[in-house]
Amino acid sequence: MSPAEQELVTRSARNGWLLSAPALVVLTLAAVGPLLIVVVYSFLLPGKYGNVVWGFSLDAWSGILYTRDIFDGTLALADAHLSIFWRSVKLSILTTIFTFVVGFPTAWFIATRPQKARAMWLFLITIPFWTNLLIRTFAINEIIRNEGLLNSTLIKLGLITQPIEMIYTDGAVFVGMTYVYLPLMVLPLFAAIDRFDMRLMEAAYDLYASPMQVLRRVIMPVVKPGIVAGSILVFVPSLGAYVTPRLLGGGKNMMIGNFIELQFGQGRNWPLGASLSVTLLIVVTGALLIYVRYANREAGNGQ
Amino acid sequence: MASRGFVLTRLPGFNGIALGVFVALYLPIFMLVIYSFNAGKSVALWEGFSLQWYGIAWANDQVKDATVRSLYLALSAAVISTVLATMAALGTTRRRKFRGMTFIYVMINQPLMVPEIVSAVALLIFFAAIKQATDYQGMGYLIAAHSAFCIPFAYLPIRARLEGMDLTLETAAADLYASTWQTFRFVTLPLLLPGIFAGMMLAFVTSLDDVVITVFVKSAGQDTLPTYMLGQIRRQVTAEINAISTVLLALTVALLTLFFLLTRKKG
Repeated sequence: MSPAEQELVTRSARNGWLLSAPALVVLTLAAVGPLLIVVVYSFLLPGKYGNVVWGFSLDAWSGILYTRDIFDGTLALADAHLSIFWRSVKLSILTTIFTFVVGFPTAWFIATRPQKARAMWLFLITIPFWTNLLIRTFAINEIIRNEGLLNSTLIKLGLITQPIEMIYTDGAVFVGMTYVYLPLMVLPLFAAIDRFDMRLMEAAYDLYASPMQVLRRVIMPVVKPGIVAGSILVFVPSLGAYVTPRLLGGGKNMMIGNFIELQFGQGRNWPLGASLSVTLLIVVTGALLIYVRYANREAGNGQ
Repeated sequence: MASRGFVLTRLPGFNGIALGVFVALYLPIFMLVIYSFNAGKSVALWEGFSLQWYGIAWANDQVKDATVRSLYLALSAAVISTVLATMAALGTTRRRKFRGMTFIYVMINQPLMVPEIVSAVALLIFFAAIKQATDYQGMGYLIAAHSAFCIPFAYLPIRARLEGMDLTLETAAADLYASTWQTFRFVTLPLLLPGIFAGMMLAFVTSLDDVVITVFVKSAGQDTLPTYMLGQIRRQVTAEINAISTVLLALTVALLTLFFLLTRKKG
């Protein structure tokens, strides 16, 4: 490279940084920076009326799994916490699996429509994706609550006399999360299926494969990157869900997101809320890193 | 039995499941819209057509107040984040990869990767300290927070537009002795405009929809439409919420349609 070219490259990089700088400043002040403060707060002591007392402590970290007995000060496993973690993981996994089971045929259906109709079906999936999550959760709420559409209809039909308690259960949260996160599964699956070469299917049928075999042995392996992407996109927000479990799960069926909020409200334990937030962030980042590594490997294989 | 003919891409049961999914996806929303026109209070008993819930919502000062605040916030955040995102997109596309470019990507996309509740808690802690130190309780916190998490939504369509743009026009302008600024102002910017509008629209919708971060950041008396709705739904007072939801839905669909028209590929 000549000195003149070198000069151009340096200037291009400098301009790149200068143009990005304002966005980086705002993101540092109102997104990334505060995350670092959360890490610091997780090592402090809770204040009596919320906030923190400055003093180093690991209590917030041991508090994730253990509680201190108020009488003799011994540590014991915090069953309530464990059940919240278990519920969060369980519901997130169930949501991921179920959105895949119904999302895959949906994505397949869209991808195999004629070119013009495809855009319309895709738009129909995209609208809920951009529609307010609160409104969509509310729509489910209106159907399954005790005086809701489903119970009223069943009572009017004489099938039941008392409303079935559907809302404020784990099942309600599961239905709600499946409903709100489904587009996140369908869109990446569609992108993968759209690239799938249908002649592979033809070849498989020519070789006497059954539809089930074609699906499992030919289609699935090829569209796997889409499956992984969709699963991550559904699992990550499910694990950190706040609005859906709050509205459909009520106060008893908390997930991690609501548990974190509790520490900043009635719980008055900001450090514990901070350590829980950091834990959630680590799990989510871990999932994303696994995905990025997987995606890179796939891209490498493709060449 | 008449054979339906062999369609290569048909898999058993798939069409049925897919159509079921579309019905399940839209039925709850349709119900919500229909019952917003119900004359009765119930969400399950149809008592005739009426616009009363729209009237009640319209006459409610809290709703009016929250609507104005939501629009003000979404507009501010959309404009700020779009300006920042446009600059960042110009800085990170169509030039040789430089040291730190990946870092800039990660920073810009960070709001998409961190769970909202974690961002919300982080902002609560940070802004609580500033509120204590400065005594400022205004809208600045919400505008800053929304501007930050809207940046990736504005950035992605602008970047996509830039990458698809023809470099030769700008080279031609430079050949004709246009200054860097003139080239940008009269060639790049007009070509980029659809991407900028698309990005701004996504940022606007994203800010308008936000609940979690707003709940944690807002000071007392700073309800936006979604946080007001959240409170009302919790108390199961919902008839007027149907009407508000319907209006918000219509607005979102209108903006999205516009977005698709702007970003539609020619041909």
